[in-house]
Amino acid sequence: MTMNFEKYDSKPTRHGFGEGLVELGEKDERIVVLGGDITGSVMTSMFKDKFPDRFFSIGIAEQNATTIATGLALSGKVPFFASYGAFCALRNADQLRISVCYNEANVKIGGGHSGISVGPDGATHQILEDMAFLRALPHMTLVVPCDYVEARKATVAIGEFDGPAYIRFGRSATPVFTRPETPFVLGKAEVFRPGNDVAIIACGPMVWEALVAAEELSREGIEARVINLHTVKPLDVETVVTAARECGAVVTAEEHQILGGMGSAVAQAIVKNAPVPMEFVGVTDTFGGSGDPDHLMEVFGLTSEYIVKSVRKVVKRKAQESSSIQSITQVGELGEGPENYPKPGEKYPMEELQKAEANYPPEGVPEKSLEPVG
Amino acid sequence: MPYTNERQTPEKLSEIAGEIRRDIIRSLVVAKSGHSGGPLGSSDIFAALYFGGVMNYDPNNPWMEGRDRFVLSAGHMCPVLYATLANAGFFPRSELLTLRQFGSRLQGHPGRDMHLPGIETSSGSLGQGLSIAVGMAMADKLVDGNTARVYSLTGDGELQEGSIWEAVMSASHFKLDNFCMIVDNNDCQIDGRIGDVMNVYPLKEKFESFNFHTIEVDGHDLAALVEAFEEAKSVKGKPTCIIAKTYMGRGVSFMEDDYKWHGNPPNPAQAEQALADLDA
Ligand SMILES: Cc1ncc(C[n+]2csc(CCOP(=O)(O)OP(=O)(O)O)c2C)c(N)n1
Repeated sequence: MTMNFEKYDSKPTRHGFGEGLVELGEKDERIVVLGGDITGSVMTSMFKDKFPDRFFSIGIAEQNATTIATGLALSGKVPFFASYGAFCALRNADQLRISVCYNEANVKIGGGHSGISVGPDGATHQILEDMAFLRALPHMTLVVPCDYVEARKATVAIGEFDGPAYIRFGRSATPVFTRPETPFVLGKAEVFRPGNDVAIIACGPMVWEALVAAEELSREGIEARVINLHTVKPLDVETVVTAARECGAVVTAEEHQILGGMGSAVAQAIVKNAPVPMEFVGVTDTFGGSGDPDHLMEVFGLTSEYIVKSVRKVVKRKAQESSSIQSITQVGELGEGPENYPKPGEKYPMEELQKAEANYPPEGVPEKSLEPVG
Repeated sequence: MPYTNERQTPEKLSEIAGEIRRDIIRSLVVAKSGHSGGPLGSSDIFAALYFGGVMNYDPNNPWMEGRDRFVLSAGHMCPVLYATLANAGFFPRSELLTLRQFGSRLQGHPGRDMHLPGIETSSGSLGQGLSIAVGMAMADKLVDGNTARVYSLTGDGELQEGSIWEAVMSASHFKLDNFCMIVDNNDCQIDGRIGDVMNVYPLKEKFESFNFHTIEVDGHDLAALVEAFEEAKSVKGKPTCIIAKTYMGRGVSFMEDDYKWHGNPPNPAQAEQALADLDA
């Protein structure tokens, strides 16, 4: 089936999570939600307002919330705990491993504000390593919805099966391009665009970037198959390997470290079954930093532009044997990769600061931040 | 001219705290994101600590051996730390207008990778800074004759993290009398009042039962704050916890004691009102 996607709205995926929780709450009495003091930002406040008796505020205690959720699950409830991904995927890692997964407890975690696009809060809050851990956990299901509409479906879907699950969201408003009728089945990757020259496999809002890249590549005569790999675990090996066999080259795209993320999972499936050249778009073994979300996505190489560069490279590699050895985290050809975060003093050199010091404090309310250099 | 770490009078300290607050507003209004409430509420604590003759530091030699160290465990409150450090001369005050910008040393949460003078550690994941501070105090104790002290500030919501109590337990176990923690007790966190989100009270009894020397103080009384820090220095064989009763957003009429100002910046009109309030 060929689907045509266009952007018709812009909304954060976490909004779909909030709505999905309410939908679940209406259908299933066993659904309970645990809050970690940021219920407004991760949208669990919607459930809290609707079902105050089934909402429990645990405070800033992610390890405790995760293990309390386990106890609730082992007593027949279906608990959802949500926080920023930075604090509910790794702060509570041991609890997720032993209490949740080893028990096969029916605990659902919602990780908000994931990835570089968290923006000005900076590196501490830009979780980029969660998937590497979560996909290694036995019994864990890991879902990364591509837009707001899919986020709602995915939330309902994980609430309806028995077992541990983690669902990953961004903070920013991102393009909404799927519809309620767009197919969504947990564990089943969807081909969003046909093509046989290369496969672009993406998850989360990077799926939209992949679709944009595919349009541009089409103008160059490269027809890319775009796959929405919303369920990172369990992996739809069949769809991935079929794409590798039919396209002969694969590029993955994710808002996560290249090391250990969705691309690594895809690479394992492909190397085992149908080795073809692969390129990886993701964060190149570095921490993030403060800045405007869209700008950071460009600087860290997480836009359609870098998918295009990686496709051009992988298509070339498909045609010719190469004997060169390249690092796993190199994006595109040498010199094409993202520039990453500036060194201290690069954007705001001391001489400029000292010049500005003459006019500090400004009269009244300062109007804009200091001009960066370059 | 930056202020120095000579002991200032309470009147002068209050003036400096006002300047810190104005700088917080200036940096946040241009950043267009960031935390107003906690930083404004704790400005008096920072004024007392850095300008009350309490801490031993040298802005011209920020990493000097034997310095006293400050660890901001509640990393989101960094606008007040940045404003304080700038007023102490660690870096130009103009740099405050780069807060949260791309490439700024003033990251949304302190990042040690940016090498900003005065920033001892990255922080922003609540509950970790306090343990780092305990480790620093332990290291200082290993050096004979070292009189360096380690200070660390936590939020009161932050006390809900279990790791806080592990840090507290070890500070007491290792008899770290060179360790002084401050709780910014504004009774506010993101979702509401502390007692509604997850009760952590009573605080004094808790810290005392962990064998801390515990001082409750009005966190807006500069003389009392300096006195509490000096009292902590005289305590032997145990760590000190200063529970500072504060009001979130102190000094800005429409922010005061309102938890909704935990994580928002003022817009230009609100900043104008805020600066007017602070000048009054
Ligand atoms: C481990 C962790 N969990 C959650 C957060 C998100 N967060 C940042 S500040 C905050 C509330 C802190 O409350 P409090 O310590 O009272 O600080 P105040 O509101 O007074 O500024 C939360 C939940 C975080 N930074 N780290």
